[in-house]
Amino acid sequence: MNSRTSTIFKLAVMAGVLAFPAFGSDFYAEMVAKVLILAIFAMSLDLLVGFTGLVSFGHAAYFGIAAYAVALMTPKYDPANLWLALPASILAAAAAAFVIGLFVLRTKGIYFIMVTLAFAQMAYYVFHDTPLGGGSDGIYLNFKPDATIAGWVPFDLNEPHHLYYFVVAAMLAVYGLLKLVLRSPFGRVLVGIRSNEHRMLSLGYATFRYKLAAFTLAGGLAGFAGFLYAVLFGFVTPEYLSWHKSGDVLLMVILGGMGNLAGAIAGAAALVGLQEIFTGMTKHWQLLMGLTIVAAVLFMPGGMAATPARIMARINGGKTNE
Amino acid sequence: MDFVSFLIQVLNSLQYGLLLFLVASGLTLVFGIMGIINLAHGSFYMVGAYLAFALTSLTGNLMLAIALGLPLAFVFGAILEWALFSHLYKRDHLEQVLLTYGLILIFEELRSLAVGDDVHGVTIPELFSASIPLSDNLSYPLYRLVISVVCLALAGGLYWLIQKTRLGMMIRAGSHDRDMVKALGIDINLLYRTVFALGVALAALAGMLAAPISSVYPGMGSSVLIISFVIVVIGGVGSVWGALVAALVIGFADTFGKVLLPDLAGLMVYLVMAVVLLWRPEGIFKKA
Repeated sequence: MNSRTSTIFKLAVMAGVLAFPAFGSDFYAEMVAKVLILAIFAMSLDLLVGFTGLVSFGHAAYFGIAAYAVALMTPKYDPANLWLALPASILAAAAAAFVIGLFVLRTKGIYFIMVTLAFAQMAYYVFHDTPLGGGSDGIYLNFKPDATIAGWVPFDLNEPHHLYYFVVAAMLAVYGLLKLVLRSPFGRVLVGIRSNEHRMLSLGYATFRYKLAAFTLAGGLAGFAGFLYAVLFGFVTPEYLSWHKSGDVLLMVILGGMGNLAGAIAGAAALVGLQEIFTGMTKHWQLLMGLTIVAAVLFMPGGMAATPARIMARINGGKTNE
Repeated sequence: MDFVSFLIQVLNSLQYGLLLFLVASGLTLVFGIMGIINLAHGSFYMVGAYLAFALTSLTGNLMLAIALGLPLAFVFGAILEWALFSHLYKRDHLEQVLLTYGLILIFEELRSLAVGDDVHGVTIPELFSASIPLSDNLSYPLYRLVISVVCLALAGGLYWLIQKTRLGMMIRAGSHDRDMVKALGIDINLLYRTVFALGVALAALAGMLAAPISSVYPGMGSSVLIISFVIVVIGGVGSVWGALVAALVIGFADTFGKVLLPDLAGLMVYLVMAVVLLWRPEGIFKKA
């Protein structure tokens, strides 16, 4: 796909998403909102996996920590203030990522994959085994955060359409932010670290600090997604931090094609869509999911983002330009 | 805690640690020699436990079930390596993680289709169903001791296999330099297939031995998988000896964590891992 068709395609998808509540049912609007939230989650992981070359297998921890943060900040019979709860939840996730990053970024390769997993498991058991967040049952978020600023109500998250457009705006904001970050000198250093960390070091970059900054930013953005997810569905369970969730988001990034923000969004849509189709077909939908994943790895190297180019190349009989 | 209950906990720690070693040793071998991250390794433990359940109901005896199930698991591993894993050697870790993650889903659902989602028990063979009295009111089940002894014997056997036999020599060489081993005329594909099948058989055996104690239940593979990964990483990827030490450390940390700090029991294992990796970022027995 050349860049113009790709831009047109993105704009068309965006228009569809914006117009969706006008013709789609509430059920499907909620599903699109879920996709958009998971797209934020996947993009935040892509910053690490695709751009910095850090394969984190514990990214759900930050998603879940922020979700618990908003649930715990919400009083039992009142809504929390959105303008306090949102930054506080993101900060909680970013702070956790910063502290964990100090430890895990000392390791590399397979060890990094496993150590991020281990820390995520620790966070999982904190919420699973202690009464802090309702233990293994989780905790309900009885009221969605209140957006009132000094008596003025710009929007109301209890209105499904308001919540929907809030999520759309959040997704666009994160996409824009990450685009800017990746275009900045900071983002260039991250990409440099992915291709050759030793060279970056010898050029005088303190790569550890750059990686830590990326890890913290990714954690904070995953927290943003976790916050929205908790608000959308109104409850939080330890499963939000489980390694299955970390696996799912990794799957979205890889399905979409690493190092490609639009790909991460497509990956989130593909995974939620496939789950929806398969659960409609059979009780044993995970079997179909598993077979799809295995087939995708065997026959679709490079993810969905690379597939149009591969198909075009096959048609033209030429070589792929990967 | 008085001495007898302390002794019981020590025996439990040993038994749990040694059982985990059976799973982790296969994982670390496949990791170290073929460079494959196999998330589906826990599924082999689960397959073993369900094989024990199915074959025990068929034959009426767990020991007979193990004798039948072990070769089945080995063949299953060899077929799996041939059909799927042999395509993964040249892929990066991420794709391996993904494919084997897909395999977990497939195995879990096939299990659900074949046996259903109920929890099943497996009876202890009559020969080992006794308990050893330790004091007036405390005793220790003989079967748990048998497990420890069998696992220790297997650990010894594995050491002998890797250090003293020709196959072990090839395995060790293969983990250092794949191309050189090939150039020396050794069939590396066959070697890989054997090692992989051996790993599957060990994990399945662990599942079979554990079946009477833990019972057989859906999702039993994933908890073992994560713990085994922790062990492999603590011990140092590719080091069987490291896996043994790490498995015992984890066995003790988990068992005593549950006794002394019940609220934080789930955390203990991961705390140990974090501490060890801060001390040695590449595991206790890093491979040269």
